[in-house]
Amino acid sequence: MTAIAPNPRRRIVASPLSWLTWGFVGFFLIFLLALVGAVVVNSLGTRWLDHWLPDAFTTHWYGDAWRELGLSSVLLVTIEISGAVVALSLLLGVPAAYALARRDFPGRRLVVLAFLIPLLLPPVTYGIPLATVLLRYELGGTLAGVILANLVPSVPFVILTMTPFIEQIDPRIESAARTLGAGTATIFVRVLGPLLVPGMLAAGLLVLVRTVGMFELSFFTSGPGTQPLVVVLYYAAFSPGVRASQSIDATAVIYMAMMLVLLVAALSFVNPTNLVARLRERP
Amino acid sequence: MRRRLAAHGIDHTLLLLAPAVVFFAVVFLYPFLYGLVLSFQPERYVGALGNYQQFFADPFLRDTIGITLGLAVPAALFNVVASVPVAYRMRGAFRGKRLLIGLLVMPVTLGTVLIAKGLLTLLGARGWVNRALVGLGLVDDPVRFVNNYEGVMLTLIITGFPFAFLLTLAYLGGIDPMLERAAATLGAGPRQRFWQITFPLLAPGLTVTFILTFVLAFAVFPSAVLVGEPAGETRVLSIVAYRAAYEQFDASMASAIAMIMAAVQLVVLGFVLAVRGRMYRGVRARR
Repeated sequence: MTAIAPNPRRRIVASPLSWLTWGFVGFFLIFLLALVGAVVVNSLGTRWLDHWLPDAFTTHWYGDAWRELGLSSVLLVTIEISGAVVALSLLLGVPAAYALARRDFPGRRLVVLAFLIPLLLPPVTYGIPLATVLLRYELGGTLAGVILANLVPSVPFVILTMTPFIEQIDPRIESAARTLGAGTATIFVRVLGPLLVPGMLAAGLLVLVRTVGMFELSFFTSGPGTQPLVVVLYYAAFSPGVRASQSIDATAVIYMAMMLVLLVAALSFVNPTNLVARLRERP
Repeated sequence: MRRRLAAHGIDHTLLLLAPAVVFFAVVFLYPFLYGLVLSFQPERYVGALGNYQQFFADPFLRDTIGITLGLAVPAALFNVVASVPVAYRMRGAFRGKRLLIGLLVMPVTLGTVLIAKGLLTLLGARGWVNRALVGLGLVDDPVRFVNNYEGVMLTLIITGFPFAFLLTLAYLGGIDPMLERAAATLGAGPRQRFWQITFPLLAPGLTVTFILTFVLAFAVFPSAVLVGEPAGETRVLSIVAYRAAYEQFDASMASAIAMIMAAVQLVVLGFVLAVRGRMYRGVRARR
């Protein structure tokens, strides 16, 4: 933890507040470590009653959880849902972001505002009516229904992150390509495409992290066989007594490992500082 | 005609917008309006406003608004206020900055269930914390940290703080560091530099951070069940909406609760934007 040591040059800022701030950071990190530690220790323990540590250690809960909850098929469903959501939200969102970035038309502000709404409302508020409508059209509990529901916040998210990204690409590049005889299709595939890849990768990864972690929408719209890992995990934790506490913890650790891989991938592609700094440049 | 439309920015490029707009209309707008209409067609209560009358007449339902706000407002305020000094001290470059950011953002990966199980194990009557407190003689009986308001509040801070911190850090990164240096040259102390230069520039970003953190906290659902007291202290709007839809199978009432939830959210949003407009009008003019 030596990395946290404050830079001596910055100590000029009010000292007590400085101590308080780093104290809070330290406390937060230690608390997190203990929290994760408690779950990991429990998932590896045989029986943990009134002691500091379990009686003995074992790894069999992981195998048990994997088999009992059918995690291989659950993971497959999770990958299918989040993969489809990422692909479709990019497919719908990037062209829309291009139009919003390149054209200033009457009603543009209204369109942007409309796309903001799903991001500003709790998922429950539109998830419940959407689940009702999906049931009416016999999509309730299907994979398609879960994907549609998860697209509601994902498409606006892609549009709102990609618009400033496209705005900073010089439109003269397209004009130059057109002067040289490239058609619209060629411009999109050979000129804009490669320039858009970093932004699409960033937006796609953030959508992926959001979708894998999105509980409410998947919970309301999924059914047996179409539940992603978050929902399966919640049902396991919600009905204690049915499963051993250690088995639930083992599943939670598997979920954490999966999200950790995704987050590390996302953070190595996206510098969060740049993402919003670009947003700020919008007029 | 075509040229005149093009001068207003209307041409074939706008067709690219069509798929997203159609999607938005079909998958968001239509179900939302469907829910709104459905909420005025009660299944169990009388009259078009039956669901709403029932909601506001029954304290078991009515109180959920206060309970949810009582969790979400303090949690969002704490997360934003705590993230400012932490992000402010981390705005420069120093060794291990990326690692520290990674560690602070890590809770995003944990998932509600792991946090809930962790809190129950760590802070439970036989958990490590109570063991240490009793062992050190600080308390006689184990302290009740979980299965109540405090447990849910802790979850909201653990999940919300990293998010608020990351956004605040990003907004701070968008402020030109030369401005502060210029102020220092002109003789401004650290406190003046923060309150008169950085903070006014950061205020719009903090408003957005507060709104987004509030949405997260206001939507609280799984943790209110797992580490809270879902029948009492932490009976939030999401829980009663879920129960109406999936335990009482009353889609009409569930839609009404969803609409009430959306309305409360929009009122808070409007309030925040109004306060911000009142406070920082001068800054906006300067930008």
